[in-house]
This record gives sequence, C-alpha cells and structure tokens, in this order.
Amino acid sequence: MKKQLRVDPIACTGHGLCAELLPELITLDEWGYPILAGQPVPRGLDREARRAVTDCPALALKLYRPS
Amino acid sequence: MTYATAAPNLSRTTVQPPIQPPPGGASGLPRLLPEHGAVPVDLPTHLGHHGRPPYRGQARLLIPLLEESGLTGRGGAAFPVSRKLTAVADAGTRPIVIGNGAEGEPASDKDKSLLWISPHLVLDGLQLAAEAVGSSSVGLYVHRSPRLQERLRAALAERAAAGIDQAPVELIDAPPRFLAGEESALASRANGGAAWPRFKQPRVFERGVAGRPTLVQNVETLAHLALIARYGARWFRSLGTAEEPGSMLCTLHQADGTRNVVETALGTPLRNLLRLDDGAGGSGGAGPRASTAQAVLVGGYHGAWLPASLAAGMTLSNAALRPAGAFTGAGVLAALPADRCGVAETARVTRYLALESAGQCGPCFNGLPRIATVLDELAGSRPDRRALADIKRWAGLVEGRGACHHPDGTVRFVRSALQAFRAEIQLHEHGRCTAPGARPFLPLPAATATTDADWS
Amino acid sequence: MNGITGSTALWYASRATGVVSLLLLTAVVVLGVLVNRQGRVPGLPRFVVTGLHRSISLLAVAFLAVHVGTAIADPYVSIRLAAAVVPFVSAYEPFWLGLGAVSLDLIAALIVTSLLRAHISRRIWRGVHWLAYAAWPVALAHSIGSSTDMQRGLLLWVAVGCCIAVGAAVAWRVTRAAHDVPRAERAAVTFAQAAPRPRSRPQRSGRQRPAQQSSPLPPASPARPSTDRLEEADLR
Repeated sequence: MKKQLRVDPIACTGHGLCAELLPELITLDEWGYPILAGQPVPRGLDREARRAVTDCPALALKLYRPS
Repeated sequence: MTYATAAPNLSRTTVQPPIQPPPGGASGLPRLLPEHGAVPVDLPTHLGHHGRPPYRGQARLLIPLLEESGLTGRGGAAFPVSRKLTAVADAGTRPIVIGNGAEGEPASDKDKSLLWISPHLVLDGLQLAAEAVGSSSVGLYVHRSPRLQERLRAALAERAAAGIDQAPVELIDAPPRFLAGEESALASRANGGAAWPRFKQPRVFERGVAGRPTLVQNVETLAHLALIARYGARWFRSLGTAEEPGSMLCTLHQADGTRNVVETALGTPLRNLLRLDDGAGGSGGAGPRASTAQAVLVGGYHGAWLPASLAAGMTLSNAALRPAGAFTGAGVLAALPADRCGVAETARVTRYLALESAGQCGPCFNGLPRIATVLDELAGSRPDRRALADIKRWAGLVEGRGACHHPDGTVRFVRSALQAFRAEIQLHEHGRCTAPGARPFLPLPAATATTDADWS
Repeated sequence: MNGITGSTALWYASRATGVVSLLLLTAVVVLGVLVNRQGRVPGLPRFVVTGLHRSISLLAVAFLAVHVGTAIADPYVSIRLAAAVVPFVSAYEPFWLGLGAVSLDLIAALIVTSLLRAHISRRIWRGVHWLAYAAWPVALAHSIGSSTDMQRGLLLWVAVGCCIAVGAAVAWRVTRAAHDVPRAERAAVTFAQAAPRPRSRPQRSGRQRPAQQSSPLPPASPARPSTDRLEEADLR
C-alpha cells in the first residue's frame, strides 16, 4: 500500500527543505509554502520522502497510509 | 463493543406518549419557534407543550430513530446526525457533547434567536444526545452576549430545580470570531485555550476536548432532535423532501433591508422566502429599483451568489442548489438590491473574511488578503487588467491548503461572485458602475480581531 | 609504554577531545539558530544547513564519548563512570566535573529525542530542544573550570571565540523574533504589504469616478452584540 504525503499547514512555516529534497512531489508556492502533488509516493522516492519527513524543521510533513 | 438492543423497532422507541399533538398548525410550521410572535418560551410553557425529555434509559437507543428521520446537521455541513452520534459512541469512553451556538457568521441570526426564544428545546436535545452517546459531560458553546448567556443560565437553573437534566451543562463562551464555531476551534476553546482551528488529525469526534471523543452539534440540530425523540421520524419527515426531510431555520435579508429569522420546510421555493422583485414586474429601463433583487447570496459568507433570475427558480434544497454551486448551509439567504454593486459588496465581505483568518496557515493569511485587495481594485475604477487572472490564480493556490475550510469557503464565495457579477465587472473595467458609492448592504461587525487575545 | 606515559596520553586525549567537542557544540548551536530562523548560508541549500546541524551534533557526540571515556580510563585522576552522568559525585573537581555531567545529560536528552523525532509529539521534541540553550553554557563553564587549559593562551581565545559566536547567534535570533507577527495580525500585515499595483493604462485627464477606497482597519472595539436585534425578531 503506497504512502501519501501530507503537510500540517499550521505547523508549516515555509522552511522549504521538503521541496529541495523531493522536487518531484513537492513545489513551493509564491509565498514559500509547499504544494503537494497529491499522488502516492512512488517506490523509487520512498527514501527521499522519509528523509524529507525527518528533516522538516517544523515536523510538519508526514507520511501516512491512506485507509 | 456490543450494546444490548435488538433490531430497532420504531414502535418501541417513543418512551412516553406526547402530552400534546406535535407542534405546527395546519402547515406543520412552526416547529422550533412558538406560533405567535417572538415571545421566549419559559419552562412551564415548554413542558406544557412537549412534556419532559423522553429519555430512553440507555445509550444508543435513540440513534435508529434519528437515522430513520434523516436528520442532518443544521450548522452548515448537513452531516447525517445518526452517523455522527454512532461515531462518537463508538470512539471510546467518556465522550463529551457540546452544543454549538457560536454562530460566527455575521449574516446569520437563527442560532441566537433559537437560543433566546426556545432554549429548552435545545437543552432537551443536548441531554438526549448526551444520553445517546453515553456522555455525562455536556457543554453549550454560546456567542458572547451577556444577556443571552444570562438567560441560558436562568433556563439551566430552572431545569436543575425541576430535575429535568441528567447531566449538568457548562456554558462555554465563544469569542466573536467568524471561525469561532468551527469544530476544532470549538474544541480548542472548550479545552481552555483560544478558539484557534487545529489540524484535525485525529478528528474531534475521536479525540476532541481533553483528548476525549467529542460530539459537536449545532443548536438547531439539537432542537430538531428533541422533537424527533418525542414525535417520531414520520412526523419529522412530514415536511421537506424525501432526501432532505424536515424544516430548517433561515435568516432572510430582504432587498428592502428587513432581516428576520423564519422556519421553513426544506424544498421551499426561494421566491416564497425572498421577495425577488417588487411585484410591479418588468425589467424596463426605469433604472435599478431599490427593492428589486439582482442576486441572492445563498449559504452565508462561505456560500455562493446566484443571479436573481436563477435563484427565482431554485428551491431551498441541496439537490437544487448544488448543481448551481451553492448549498443550503446554515440557512442564510440575502437578496442584493438592484441599486447596489455586487462587486463592492463581495470585496467588503472578502476583506472581512481575510481579516478573520486565524493566521496559522501560510496560504490562507497570504492569499486571502491579496484576493481581497485585488477585489477592492475590481470594485473601483479601471482595475488592473491582471486583476481577474490574479484572483483566479490565488484562489486556486489557497483552496484546500488550510487546516480548516476558511480558504475553501472564501474561494467559493469569491468565485461565485466573479460568475454572478460578470457583467458588472466588465462595466468596471470600462470605468463605469451601476451603483457607484452605494451604501453597504451585507452586515459586517464593527471590528475584527487585532490581537491574539481577541481569539479567547 | 609505562604507566605514566600511557596516563599522560589519555589525559591529553581527554583534554583535546574536550576542546574539539566544545567547538563542535558551538557550531551546532549556531547552525540550530540558523535552521530555526530560516537563515541562509550563502550558496548552501536549506537541507544542507539542517544536515550539517545534525551531522555535526552526531560528530560532537563521538568526540564527547572519547572525551568522557579517556577521562574515566585515565588512572591518574579518579573519575568514576557514574561521575560522567551523575553531577557532582566525582572525587576530582566535583563542581566543574559535575557541570560536565549536567551538560552531558542534557545533550543526551537532545540527541535521543532528536533521533526519535518522528515518533514523539512535536511539542515534547521542541520542549526538550530548548534545553540546548542550557546545555551549551554549562558545557562552556565546565570547559573553562575543569582545567586551566582554556584559561590562558590560545585556548582562552578559542573559548572567547565560541562565546562570541553563540552570543551573536542568540542576539540575531532574539532581534528577529521581535519582528515575529502574532498570528491574529498576520492577515492585516499582508494587507499592508499588498501594495496597490501600478495602473495598466495611463490616467485619463478630466473628471473620473474616484476609485473606491478600501476602508482603513477598524479600531479595536468589541463588536456590538447582535442580540439587540432579538427584541424585534419577527416571525412568520
């Protein structure tokens, strides 16, 4: 079951690391906040996705398994 | 988790026969409000009409009746009440029940009116809902009005003296914010903090106030629940449509400026509620008449504008409204007079909505003020030709990217305005306006939040 | 290698790794402030700054391990293992070494919570991470007081340098934080920043309908309760 990325918009303060680490799935809007692609994380990007989640300074990015 | 009951048998669910026939005259209305005038109903009168609340004596027993009745939430989301109660009852131990009477929408008066006039129906519903989910911790979240809160305290004291309530009710004070009635903001306030919306993982019905499953229900919904528990599902369904049964309270803003709360059946044609033309008919070149409506705002400030011609053929039902991009919401219906500028009204309200942002999510507090600023330009003379494109871009950027639905609702409101007032916008782009400098029509509070303390 | 030379080697190793640990911890604190305030190091992507903050902290742990280990192993002074983590129980310089133990405990908490960051609540992680502002000065005090190394000469300047670095970083953070906008005011600030755009067409001379001004921000006064209207509520 593929995982999905989700961002807590209240915790997010627009550091922008996630977009640097995972440009295939995350871009920044004109104010520096992440826009998530919305599709599940492809297998090849699993590691980068997990790194983006751990590296987010605000702990705002999360990986979850949609039920 | 099992609970003791066989398949629901409707004939057994009314515990005591009602003292009097169900409310409502020949038309079946009104149900929630008294028949004659806005005289508040005191406890003896309430007991005389409806009797004491028909407690079932056990949790969950009321839920099948609510499912049969098809009651949906009257706070705006129209979520099936039986499903919500079941979810909370299933979610764990020691649930909390809170009636939501915050009514942060400036154009809506129905919850305040209901609490003022028929508090005992709401309080009955609160007790019955609490019993249904197995809760003994009950709260009522109320708009910050000293007189209203005092009246409710008096009503609660009366009930306590008469031994009517099974669980004591705590009054919780709601700050005068547009978002104060949002579910997670309510839970945050009930927890003792400010009424900030929260990121909803997990949802409030699983972990809400004090980490306990919390049932949040609009006060009008609770009033309907209190009547259904007495008079049954068939009675409730005797008004409304098959998919959207029952009655609802609406706050009507007529084109001539009058404003009142009415109770009406779902499926009622909008032209029976709002005076959409001045009766003299004609779309002649006599200029815009003050009492003719050019457009109708359906559902409040997170709702949608409909051109008057379209609204005249609509009924008060989501089945009719959703295909047009609108929905019944919390029952606000406002007819914009023909002698006002719809773009200017939209700009004013959008500015208010932007200032009512909790300021927690980047897309919201960056995007909404920018949309409002450009709408202000559109409402003026010779707006920048990029204005519409900018608004559309920002609308797409903020939608769905907040923790609550404030950006989504605002975007819906703005997009519907761009659609409904297309002709007016084109006039503005050529430096003209049908109603330059017209006085404001839609109601807005005198002040918005300026500091964090205004959210407590 | 006779006992005295071996002991001296261990003692030197402990002092050397101690100095390096302090330098690394100073770098970690400065980088941490940069990460928190979204400060940029020219030429470095943001994830590198965060990565350095993490890598250098783990490197500091390694050096600390050697620093503590060699100090315990050295037979010349009696420092038990317990003294490394329980403050003020050492026979040798109980106070200054005790500070080292306090600092080590705090750093251990920081490291453990950070390694488990994805699995603990954000609030707990943040709360513990604030202890960094206690761990560093305590480590500095321990460095200066435990031996005379850093009280003179080059190492004194190293200590001063570390103080300046952390002091500057903290001062920068505090002044930036003073400009933080409380959330209830952020939308209003965006309004102020959303400057009116230049007109796309030149102004026409002659009479023009004046553009409607947007209303100024209203004064902070409590909203009039609308229950006044209830008296005139009219029911159909």
